[in-house]
Amino acid sequence: MANYSTNEFRSGLKVMLDGDPCSIIENEFVKPGKGQAFSRVRLKNLKTGRVWDRTFKSGESLEGADVSEQNMQYLYNDGEYWHFMEPETFEQHQADKTAVGDTALWLREQDTCVVTLYNGSPLAVAAANHVDLEITQTDPGLKGDTAQGGTKPATLSTGAVIKVPLFLNEGELVSVDTRTGEYLNRAKK
Amino acid sequence: MPDPINTSTQWRPTAPHEVLIKRARLLAQVREFFALRRVLEVDLPVLGERTVSDPHLDSLSIEGSGQYLQTSPEYFMKRLLAAGCGPIYALAKAFRANDIGRQHNPEFTLLEWYRPGWNEGQLMAELAELLLSVGCTPKAAAHRVTYRDIFLATVNIDPHQASLTQLTQLASEIAQRNMSGESRATCLDLIFSFEIEARLPPGIVFVHDYPESLCALAQLGVDTQGVTVARRFEVFLDRTELANGYFELLDADEQRRRFSEDNRQRKALGKAEIAVDEKLLAALDAGLPSCAGVALGIDRLLMHLVGAQHIDEVIAFTR
Repeated sequence: MANYSTNEFRSGLKVMLDGDPCSIIENEFVKPGKGQAFSRVRLKNLKTGRVWDRTFKSGESLEGADVSEQNMQYLYNDGEYWHFMEPETFEQHQADKTAVGDTALWLREQDTCVVTLYNGSPLAVAAANHVDLEITQTDPGLKGDTAQGGTKPATLSTGAVIKVPLFLNEGELVSVDTRTGEYLNRAKK
Repeated sequence: MPDPINTSTQWRPTAPHEVLIKRARLLAQVREFFALRRVLEVDLPVLGERTVSDPHLDSLSIEGSGQYLQTSPEYFMKRLLAAGCGPIYALAKAFRANDIGRQHNPEFTLLEWYRPGWNEGQLMAELAELLLSVGCTPKAAAHRVTYRDIFLATVNIDPHQASLTQLTQLASEIAQRNMSGESRATCLDLIFSFEIEARLPPGIVFVHDYPESLCALAQLGVDTQGVTVARRFEVFLDRTELANGYFELLDADEQRRRFSEDNRQRKALGKAEIAVDEKLLAALDAGLPSCAGVALGIDRLLMHLVGAQHIDEVIAFTR
């Protein structure tokens, strides 16, 4: 991979730091009236999700990281790995629990999601911002509850448990915001 | 693919019209300030056959011409001073490659002036008067503090006496990485930029008596504690660095020595060495009058006056 000098640092640039692939969040150029200039860089470690602040002297460089993001179709989970497919080449990739993380709660077979590849292997998986999932278990709704604001827990087909309005029943489809885990609205089948 | 919305508005100025009016007014106020004090405005080349050798300044060169866009008018101004021009100021564009950020644009407007017969203390006083006369409303009265005292007060280290190990330890903590092997100058610049600048008192603050390793083109002197210091100052306005000044170095031999040290450092950094400006050295040989000089970033001053957060907001067109 190419090396990137501090003056090429941009948010979104993927670089290697301490052996891990990182994404630059922001880069602040700081220079005294006379003397050494610096770049204060905030990076997200793409393996651990941790955010690092590092200061570099202007002109220092970091090796680029072979990281790309691809839309892929989620196929199935075999108990250990989650399998994804590139829609154009039909190439398949398997991601482990570390890469999938909490996103597993929102993965529905056939759905398209964004897979981050590092050196060709899945490093992270992000579901679409909004997904429609079926309620598999919830307490029965009470007639006449439609206007009231109360909520109850509901288990979805993926195993996720979210809060839904009282009027919803098992078998119904709901839209969920995967970034917050919040119920959005009732979806049509 | 360019963003279509972006493309259709790209012709627009980056600065609002009110700010451009304020900029015009500021330039007029600066000229009036110096006219009243009988300081001569000089209009100098921005293209020169020589440029600075400062290892931390990168000049833009004009391909094929062997010429550089000047990073400041300093060398031309010193040649004028040696020719006996008296007090002078220049208000013009300067260029520094790779200086890009919230407070930096590679092309910017610099006000630089020299006062023959003055020391840096007199020049600091005039600088404070200039800031007030153009409408700065500092949150506190102007005051002066030595580089040592602000270090002691903020990070409890004497920048002149501290060992290199002490300095690299603190620099490593601040940078969140191992800084061993770095020079005193780099560690001091890092500590000042990240720990001290943001914690300076508000208002107009002059920091003076810099460590010898940060002397640039300032004369050396001895402070009240008998320590050799650089007679250099910087001014901060509500914690933003605005200007850098010196009691100017006059000695041609010392100047030549500093130029070769610059080139030694440039080489170590993998940067091209810069041919020495022999005409400047010849002017120093002929005799530069004792003087103090300072350079002030007009764009940053304008940012303060209009409350801008980014330099793009005060320049009509940026990248």
